[in-house]
Order: sequence, then C-alpha cells, then structure tokens
Amino acid sequence: MFDALSDRLDSAWKKLRGQDKISQSNIQEALREVRRALLEADVNLQVVKDFITEVEAKAQGAEVISGVRPDQQFIKIVYDELLGVMGEENVPLAEATTAPTIVLMAGLQGTGKTTATAKLALHLRKINRSCMMVATDVYRPAAIDQLKTLGKQIEVPVFDMGSDANPVEIARQGVERAKAEGIDTVIIDTAGRLQIDQDMMGELARIKETVQPHEILLVVDAMTGQEAASLTRTFHEQIGITGAILTKMDGDSRGGAALSVRRISGQPIKFIGVGEKVEALQPFYPDRMASRILGMGDVLTLVEKA
Amino acid sequence: DKTRRNILNQLKSIVGQGPLNQAAVMEIEALLLQADVGVEATDFIIDALQQKLREEVLPPDAAIAYLKQIIRDMLDTPIQKSPKSAFAPEKDTLNIWLMTGVNGAGKTTTIGKLAHLSQKSGYKTLIGAADTFRAAAVEQVKVWGSRSGVEVVSNPGKNTDPAAVVFDAITAAKARNTELLLVDTAGRLQNKKNLMEELSKIRRIIDKKAPNAKVESLLVLDATLGQNGLRQAEVFSQAAQLSGVVLTKLDGTAKGGVALAVVKQLGLPIRFIGAGEGIEDLRPFSSYEFVEALLSG
Ligand SMILES: Nc1nc2c(ncn2[C@@H]2O[C@H](COP(=O)(O)OP(=O)(O)OP(=O)(O)O)[C@@H](O)[C@H]2O)c(=O)[nH]1
Ligand SMILES: Nc1nc2c(ncn2[C@@H]2O[C@H](COP(=O)(O)OP(=O)(O)OP(=O)(O)O)[C@@H](O)[C@H]2O)c(=O)[nH]1
Ligand SMILES: [Mg+2]
Ligand SMILES: [Mg+2]
Repeated sequence: MFDALSDRLDSAWKKLRGQDKISQSNIQEALREVRRALLEADVNLQVVKDFITEVEAKAQGAEVISGVRPDQQFIKIVYDELLGVMGEENVPLAEATTAPTIVLMAGLQGTGKTTATAKLALHLRKINRSCMMVATDVYRPAAIDQLKTLGKQIEVPVFDMGSDANPVEIARQGVERAKAEGIDTVIIDTAGRLQIDQDMMGELARIKETVQPHEILLVVDAMTGQEAASLTRTFHEQIGITGAILTKMDGDSRGGAALSVRRISGQPIKFIGVGEKVEALQPFYPDRMASRILGMGDVLTLVEKA
Repeated sequence: DKTRRNILNQLKSIVGQGPLNQAAVMEIEALLLQADVGVEATDFIIDALQQKLREEVLPPDAAIAYLKQIIRDMLDTPIQKSPKSAFAPEKDTLNIWLMTGVNGAGKTTTIGKLAHLSQKSGYKTLIGAADTFRAAAVEQVKVWGSRSGVEVVSNPGKNTDPAAVVFDAITAAKARNTELLLVDTAGRLQNKKNLMEELSKIRRIIDKKAPNAKVESLLVLDATLGQNGLRQAEVFSQAAQLSGVVLTKLDGTAKGGVALAVVKQLGLPIRFIGAGEGIEDLRPFSSYEFVEALLSG
C-alpha cells in the first residue's frame, strides 16, 4: 500500500533529469508526491502544508551536484528537513538535582500510559535509579490492579489509595511517600482523558500544580491519525508537556503522528514503546523515525551518497 | 483543527451562492483528509463530486447534499446486502460475538456496554474473558460484567491458552442456554504473526465447538486511528473472518474517517459506535449521523 518515497518520486524525476537547477516549476510534481506520502503516513494536514512550504524554499535554486541524481538530492533535502523537525539526537529523561525526580504521564485513553509507566520504572531501576509508581486512575475498571500487577513483575513499589480517593490527593501523598523513603524517581500514572474534557484536563492541571513535576510526558499512540495535532496542542497549552513517548511502534504504522507532536509542541520525543512487555522501551532516534515516515529503510545509505 | 465552522457556511463564504468552484472542492478535500478518510478514499469521493459538477452546475447546498449522499451510500452498501434491518442477536439460539482489535482500541469497554444492552433487552448473556495476557485484563472485564450482572467465564491460571477459555465459555453458554456470548480477546497488532495465529485458533474453536451458533466477528477501531486502520481491517479480516466494525471514542474530536475507507475497501459494515466510557455510551451506527459529524469540520 505504501511505496517508498523514492519509488513514487520516479516519474516526478523525469522532469528534473537533464536540468541543472531545482526550480519552482520543475519541482511541483515531486512536492505533490511528498505531500501524499506524508498524508498517508498520518502527518497532520496543516503540518504537511507548512513542511512542504519549507522544503520548497530549501530546494529552490539548489544546484544539482554533478554525479548525484536530482531525485537523490531532493530526497536528501526532504530528509534533512524532516530530521530538523524531529530534533537531532535523543534526549534523556529529566533528573532533578534533589530527589525525587517527579514524572507525570498524560494522554488519551488506551495510548499506553500505564504500560509506559512500568516500562520507564524498569528502565530506571536497571540504571540504579530507585522508583515508585503512583496509581491515580480511579476511573477505569481495574486500572489500579493493572499497575500493581506490573509493579510486582518489575519489583517496583506502587502507591495507591484505592479508587474512592481523589487523584490529586493520591498524587500528593504518593510524592510525599517517595520523599520519605528516599526514592529517586516517582512516576505518576494518570487516567486517560480526551483533550476536550475540561473537568479531566482541570484535574490534570491540579495534579501538576500540586506535585510540580520535572517531566510531563505525553503518551501518544504511533497509530494516531490527524488528531495528533489537536491533542498535542491542547495538552501542551493546558498542561505544558516536556516530552513525549510514542507507543506501539512495534506495529507497522508509519508514525506520522511523531512529526505532528514534535512540530506542534516543540518538545522532544524521548522514548518509544515497542511491545506489550515491560522491557519493550527504547530511546527515540530521530533519524530512524524520519526514514520510517518516508517509508525508506535505505534512506541513510542513499543520503550518504548525496 | 482550524476553527470549527459548518462546512456549508464555509463554502458559501468562498463561492457565495454561485456554483461550487475548484477552491471549494479543495476545502472539501482538506476536510476529508483532516478526518482521516485517507488519500485514496478522499480521491474517490472528490472524483465523484467533480464528475457531478461537470455534468451539472450546483449551488453549495445542493453540492453538499450530493457529497453527503456519496458518502452515505459508501457506508450503507454493506448493510443493504444483509437481510436484517436492525443488528441484534437472534432470540432462543446461541449468538457469539467475538471482539477483536489492536491494543487499547476499546474492546473490553465495548463488551461491558454490550453486556448491559443485551441484559436490558432480555437476552441471556455471558462473557468469555479470553484476554489471558494483559495485566488485570480479567479483573477489568469482571468489573464490567458485575455492572450489569452478567457472569464472566475466565481461567484463573496465568497465561493460559485463550482458545481454552473460549472453549470453556462455549460449554458454559450451552449448559445455560445463553443467547449471547460475548468474547473479549487480548489486543494485538496485526503484524504479529503468532498473535494473529492465536486469534485464528480462537475463531476455529468457535466454529468447531458451536457450529450452529450465529457468529459475529467484530473489529474494534479507535476513531483517533489513522491510515493503519486499513491494514488492521485487512489482516484481522483474514484471521477472524470479520463481519463488522465497532468504532469507538467518537466522543472526542476525531472523526474516525478511516472507518469509511475500511467500509469501502473491505465491505465491512459499521455496527456500533462508542461515544464515552460510561456503560450507556454505545449506539447503533447511523450513516446519517456519521456523515453529519464527519463534515462538521
Ligand atoms: N504492541 C504494543 N502494545 C502496547 C504498547 N504500549 C502499550 N501497549 C498495549 O496497549 C494497551 C493499552 O495500554 P495501557 O498501558 O493500558 O494504556 P493506558 O494509556 O494506560 O490506557 P487507559 O488508562 O485506559 O487510558 C494494552 O493492551 C497494552 O498492552 C507498545 O508499545 N506496543
Ligand atoms: N472516550 C472514550 N473512551 C473509551 C471509549 N471506549 C473505550 N474507551 C477507553 O479506552 C481505554 C481502553 O479501553 P479498553 O476497553 O480497555 O480497550 P481494549 O481494546 O480492551 O484494550 P486492550 O485489551 O488493552 O487491548 C479505556 O480507558 C476506556 O475507558 C469511548 O467510546 N470513548
Ligand atoms: Mg492506564
Ligand atoms: Mg481489553
């Protein structure tokens, strides 16, 4: 269904061949193909439009280097631009100067917050940072059970106050407990919420006010479509995120949501989730993501030549 | 996600009362793309509209009415093929509804809502908890069962074979003259060969153990999903012999446009929509409502 961008650009190049400059008129067809490829990868339409405008400006008048096919050179321009948006290298998790580091997880329903909470705790435990997880999802049936089960699996304590307590209060007391116990990092799992749900967004804002987290991670499903832009905008405006985790990257989605998240929040994607198991967390690498969105595993070798 | 304006007003402000022009068609195209309808299905719809506009000069409201008709027809085609008008379990016989889908789509919640609806409508209902993998998945579905007083068949062992749970659930359903057995399955991404094979096995057990049952195999799609939804429908269709789709999380601002592409490409009807996390937040699918929401910008 998805062809690599290089294949789809093939016909567009015929117009470029034999010309020594990439110009506004000879590039239009290629830009249209890039637009299509990005839309099929689920990059938000508005984000695509801005991106295309920038690529067009960059490509204008670029000399075609002798020995390099113009299509390869154009792909390099697209790829470099994408990489620029993605951020150059992976950014690690925040670490407070005085413990505990407080991490708040946020996102829509079912994106993978609870799983990512456990994955992150395991990751930190492995590098000898002690952890505590706080269960503030009092709404979803068995959400607390889920976190406790995961906590047992990875041998990380879970603070909970049952499902009748107030999430803000649970978060506050959880952090107090972690301080008292000299824990290095507290990760607060929260209930899934729609960005248009004002009560639930208000609750999240109050949790933030109360615990003053060092890191607020927006958990986004890599399969998300156009909505990625609007949800990122609202979470960022109302809560202020410091980074994101892109989950379910073990699937075969192209993950264009990553571009929307980056572009709209300006915050780095810090980790990706690559499976259901607690070990399945990896640092985010912008270059791999750029290749994936373009549908080109081989983009790196291609680009090296250009 | 620009300011949400009624599409008709939006178009009128572009073209006035005059005939729909290319700028207006581009607006419609943007609207469809932003609703996750996808490039291919959007091209199909826009081509159909353009075709009509070439034959006939249409003012905006007539053009929009035609556009809505095109999309409604796409959505209704698979339903018109089936003889029943309403989608419901058959009385006095065993119906089995298998819920499938990727991780976190809303399968278990939909089971909870369906159990409630079924119980309220007087069907003898049972739930099979065949997600034996995810942490606290059984506890979750049990909470849902208790909310409507529907029993849950589960296996307390860890990582037991989900097909075995389905087997037990069918045995229990037969013993109790159950009319609707709802089967919850673990979320799985369609590119995981072994997990899709596990799902095929569940489906085979159902066909073998309950050959006379009325089976509905439903794919749960999250409305926030992008184009991967198409791939999901293709692969799940193979593994579980899908007969329909449930579209969840329509209470958000996502339009679920990929479902339109799924209906068009695979001929699967949308049966229910989920519009909230509460037990009552499930509605039968209406192409009229879906199209109005899709084009509400
Ligand atoms: N394949 C895969 N599945 C994942 C990944 N992350 C989470 N999941 C699965 O996605 C589903 C939802 O994960 P949860 O952690 O419960 O999501 P959540 O955001 O906490 O959900 P709510 O609390 O209901 O909003 C579960 O089936 C997880 O196993 C991932 O990286 N890959
Ligand atoms: N807003 C909203 N949330 C929903 C809807 N349906 C389900 N959810 C939420 O989505 C999250 C995931 O729902 P589940 O029913 O656990 O999804 P699932 O497909 O069973 O997930 P796994 O078994 O982990 O694959 C939960 O937080 C639900 O409350 C809906 O229609 N609207
Ligand atoms: Mg959760
Ligand atoms: Mg489930």
